[in-house]
This record gives sequence, structure tokens and C-alpha cells, in this order.
Amino acid sequence: MKRFALISIPYLWLLALFLVPFLIVLKISLSDTELAIPPYTPTLDIAQGWAGVREWWAGLDMENFVWLTEDDLYWKAYLSSLKIAIISTLLTLMVGYPIAYGMTRAPDEWRPTLMMLIILPFWTSFLIRVYSWKAILSNEGLLNQLLIGIGLIDEPLVILNTNIAVYIGIVYTYLPFMVLPIYAALERLDESLLEAAEDLGCSRFTAFWLVTFPLSKQGVIAGSFLVFIPAMGEYVIPALLGGSKTLMIGKVLFEEFFANRDWPVASAVAVVLLLILIIPIVLFQRNEEKQREAGK
Amino acid sequence: MSDAAKASAPVFEPWKNPSEKPLIRFENVTKRFGDFTAIDDLTINIYEREFFALLGPSGCGKTTMMRMLGGFETPTEGAITIDGQNMSAVPPNKRAVNMMFQSYALFPHLSVAENIAFGLKRDKLPADRIAARVEEMLSLVQLNKFASRKPHQISGGQRQRVALARSLAKAPKLLLLDEPLGALDKKLRQDTQFELMDIQETTGTTFVIVTHDQEEAMTVASRIAVMDHGKIVQVDTPAKIYEEPGSVYVADFIGDVNLIKGMVVKSGNDHASISWAEGQQDLIGIAHDEIPHGTDATLAVRPEKVTISTDRPEGVTNALSGKVLDIAYLGNMSTYVIETANGTLIKAQAANTRRISRRAITWDQQVWLSFTDTAGVVLTS
Ligand SMILES: Nc1ncnc2c1ncn2[C@@H]1O[C@H](COP(=O)(O)OP(=O)(O)O)[C@@H](O)[C@H]1O
Ligand SMILES: [Mg+2]
Repeated sequence: MKRFALISIPYLWLLALFLVPFLIVLKISLSDTELAIPPYTPTLDIAQGWAGVREWWAGLDMENFVWLTEDDLYWKAYLSSLKIAIISTLLTLMVGYPIAYGMTRAPDEWRPTLMMLIILPFWTSFLIRVYSWKAILSNEGLLNQLLIGIGLIDEPLVILNTNIAVYIGIVYTYLPFMVLPIYAALERLDESLLEAAEDLGCSRFTAFWLVTFPLSKQGVIAGSFLVFIPAMGEYVIPALLGGSKTLMIGKVLFEEFFANRDWPVASAVAVVLLLILIIPIVLFQRNEEKQREAGK
Repeated sequence: MSDAAKASAPVFEPWKNPSEKPLIRFENVTKRFGDFTAIDDLTINIYEREFFALLGPSGCGKTTMMRMLGGFETPTEGAITIDGQNMSAVPPNKRAVNMMFQSYALFPHLSVAENIAFGLKRDKLPADRIAARVEEMLSLVQLNKFASRKPHQISGGQRQRVALARSLAKAPKLLLLDEPLGALDKKLRQDTQFELMDIQETTGTTFVIVTHDQEEAMTVASRIAVMDHGKIVQVDTPAKIYEEPGSVYVADFIGDVNLIKGMVVKSGNDHASISWAEGQQDLIGIAHDEIPHGTDATLAVRPEKVTISTDRPEGVTNALSGKVLDIAYLGNMSTYVIETANGTLIKAQAANTRRISRRAITWDQQVWLSFTDTAGVVLTS
């Protein structure tokens, strides 16, 4: 009985925090808009009993999903989000890998400090940190002042309100999610493997590509998914740093909800996004499982 | 190799031939880590085709010596030459030396065959040559069936063979083995020791093996260097090390030994006598150098060279009496622990050739021990 209770906790958690909200969203996505509170119809009227349920059921349809395929805004936004998420995941990997590698090479007594520095940004609000990038990247911002000050450029670089600013924001925000799993993988790496590789004729550089990198692959995969999945649905970063041309599905979703007050379409957008994300999440879990097996 | 075969083969003793060039030379090599001296002014020559064993307690610097040969550590002072070439500026990947690591260091993401091929691929050999060599190595260590397994899918003993095959694949001039058999159980270890000797004989590679297991060193080595605190205290053939240890440290480290403390009363003619206890006769042992009268010395004699009898033996040079304190029956032989009148404990070993012959001797019985004048050595250090 006690065991059952223990096992049921995560399932209850999942039910309360994921499944129930998802079902509500799914239901709204099948409804129609209406100027009312809540702004959709039908709503379930339990008081009417069985007839009420039947009436409610009859009011649901796929109309909103059909609408998503009719207006090219949506699939363009999905594709653009996908592109931005993939590019920023690669950029984060390119920045994060050397950081993780450097951390494992650092003297033992430095490592806790370096680890702190990686985690430290989480202590301030994400919103404030992204907002402060505006002050750095704007035309009169710190970066441009610096570059003009040292005479590198004459005209300010236009970075803010472009996709570049979005990439910078995503890389900056999600860097710890990339660094930590790679660091964990590299830290497990047995130093004598590199010596063995050198002993067998590798230079340090080839030893890295033939031994270190393949053995940190699991960390790279984990880090990439941890960046890719939230980046795909990112709203705050493109809203604050991106321009009017930055098209991301998170922004579309927000606009449908709050500007258009079209909850049913917004819900349909969210449901499709979730279906798209389920593919990488499943891949990610497979990878985790494989890793656990190999780790034995 | 049987004793008969050993006797008929030409004697392999390059270290006795002054014109022979050593393959490895350590010249006054010192290695310090901070202010800790791991290797202390060490000079030694190792010759081609030798099976050279480094023997010593944990922490005495064996691995450090190996790592300097492999190129993973550089000497703080002194020089190491391999085949006449000074190695100080040669990185590990440019040395004709391969190392079998204490931890095996197999690449977990590569299969057994890929592990063995790893070094060959670095030499940019054609693919068919690599495949043939890998096949050859797999047969040598009898792992053909496991070629496509990953290291975590094979047993400890098999992993150790893969590590061996991998380090042999490039046919190095010198193979370094750092406690290669440490993780194996006794039976597998013995089998592998003989396998190693076979491999060494067929490939002609020079082996340097680190071990802290003296039996293993005795089994495989052409010469043994016994180390203590970063120094080599004796280098000799296994038989010499066993029969004529140069110091109490070596005698005690290798095998079981009785150490009888006394004072030299006579010396000369390759022998010395020590007086060691009141009421007991002086004992004679080998001493190649003359030892001044009155020097404190220790007679080291192996238990299996000590004969036990109930009556005073006739016509023997060394005899002493005592009481049986303990008898350990080991199946093929028995070990008797005898306590003399002054409290010294001496062990004697006797083969159990007849089932009940030794039953005559029991606990607390007064017995006599005897041994010849070449059975023990008189040591002053
Ligand atoms: N990199 C190092 N830094 C500091 N001390 C070391 C290092 N490597 C070895 N030592 C020290 O040198 C001594 C000899 O070590 P080692 O050669 O590994 O001994 P063995 O292999 O004979 O057990 C040990 O006391 C060890 O602590
Ligand atoms: Mg060691």
C-alpha cells in the first residue's frame, strides 16, 4: 500500500500539472470564439445532466486546426521557430562545449567556483536579465558605445530587434543547460584513455576528436535537447529582443491569446506546438535510456 | 618452458656482456613531484628481449618509472635513452613504446576490434593490412569471437587480453605492462603469466612489467629489480634474488624467510659465521665479501631449506634446537614454527611425501633444525 502510494505520487503530479491542463487546452482548441467570459463556446453545463454533455460534445469541432493550415502565418511561424531553435542550439553548443571542457581542465579547487559562476545567473529574474540585453545591444547601448569608443566602427551596429539579438538572448539564457550535462559527461572521462590514445600514436588534437568528443556525446545530446525544446516555444526573448520581422510561434500564440482574445485558435497553436515537440522529447528519452544501459 | 628446454637453450644474459648495448638506459634519473622525491637518482640498463620486472611495495615509484618510459612524465634530473636516443623531447605518440595501462584504458565507445585497430589506424596503414593485423592479434589472445563486442560486454579477463592485444598490435620495440594482471583471480593470472611469456618469446618484444606480486615477478622475469622508496635496491635474476638476496629488505620482500639476528665471529672463503644465541652453536651462511669481526648481521634462510628432525642430526654444519610452536598443514607440505630458547621463531618446511611420516612431530615437542652452509646468506644491511 505504501509502495503504491509512493509510485502514484509522480503520476498524480503528471496528471495534475500536465494532463489536466493539456486536456483543458485541447478542449478549448476544439471550441469556437465568442464574446463572453470565458471567450469561447460551448461550455459544459453539468446542471443539465446528460443532455448538457451531449450538447457540449456536439459543439466541438476541428475548425481551428483547419484554420491553421489555411493561413500561411502559422506554418511560417512554426518553420521560423524551428530554424531559430536549431541555429541557437548549435550556437549554444559551440559556446558551451569549450566552457565545459575548460571547467574539467581547471584545477580541482577552482571547479566549485566555476560551477557557481555557471549557475549564478539563475539567481536573478530571467526577465530582467533578458531586458538588460536591450541596454547592451541597442544602437546607443554599451556594446556600440564600446566599439565606437575604441574606434572599431563609426556607425552603430544594428543588433537589437533583429534575429541576431534573439540568438544572443537564447544562447545567453540557455547556456547553463548546455554546459552542465556536457561538463558531467566530460568529468566522468577517464584521463588514462587520453594517455592510451597518445600512447597509440594520436596527437592531442586527434585524441580529442577520437576519444573525448565521442565520449561526451551523451552530454552534447542531452544539452542540445534541453536548449532546443524551450527555445522552440520561446516567447520572452523574441518579444523583447527580436524585431517585427522575427517570427516565432511563441509570439503568435501570445498575440492570439491577448491581442485577438481568440482562445480557441491560440489553443490549437499550442496543441500543434506540443505535438511537434513530442518528437524530440521522445528522442531525448530514448537517448537517456540508451545512456543508462551503456553506463552499466 | 620446461627446465630441460631452458638448460639446452643458449643462456640469455646480455647484462653480463659489456659490449651489449642496452635498449633502455636510466642515467641518474630523479623525479620529484613538488618536494616529494618519487624516483631517487636511479641508474639502470635494460636489454633487448628482456622480460624485466619492477617489484616493490605500493608507492615506491614503479608506475612513475613506467610513465617516464612511456613519455607521460619527464625526469626532473638525469636522462632516459631508448635505443641510444635521448627521450627527453620525444612525446608519447612518437615513441616506439606501447603501454598496457593498469586500468586497461580501453575505449568504451569502440568495439574490441576497433580498440585493437586504434593504433594501427594512426599509422595510416592500408585497411587490409590493418584488418589482417587485428585478426592476428585477436587469435593471439583468443578473442576472435568477441571482435564486435564493446568493452563493457566482456569479462574482466577478456578486457585485460584486449588491452594486451591493443598494446602489442603496433609491434612496439618496448612494451610496458603496469600491473597487468592485478585484477585477475589467481588461476587466470597464472594462465596469463605463461601466455605473456609465450607472447614475449614469439614476438621478441622487450617487456617491462610492474607488479607488486613477487610470485608473478619470479615466474615471468628474466631479471627483477626490487625497489624501495624510489631506489632500486637489487637487480638480479629471479633465482639470484631468491637464493642470495643482497639485503634483509630484499630477502624479506621475496618469499618467506627466516631472519636470524646475530654478530659475525668469522668471515672469509665466501662464508661467514654468526653467533646468535647463548647455548646454540654458531651458524654459517654465504657471504661473498669479507665482513669485519663483531659486525651485526642477519642470517636469512628459506624455510624449505631447513630440515626438521627429532634427534640431533649428525654431520651438518648448522643445527639448532627448539620447541614446536605451531604446525600448518598445507596439503603438499607442512610448515613448522619452532621457538628457540631465546624466543626466536624459525620456520621449517617439509614435503609430505609419506602420509604419516611427519606425524611423529607434534606440538610442544623438542626438535632439531638443520641446514647446510650454503642454504642461508649473511646480510649486513
Ligand atoms: N602526479 C603526481 N603528483 C604527486 N605525487 C605523485 C604523482 N604521481 C605519483 N606520485 C607519488 O609518487 C609516489 C610513487 O608513485 P607510483 O609510481 O604510482 O608508485 P607505485 O606504482 O610503485 O605504487 C607515490 O607516493 C605517489 O603518491
Ligand atoms: Mg602503480
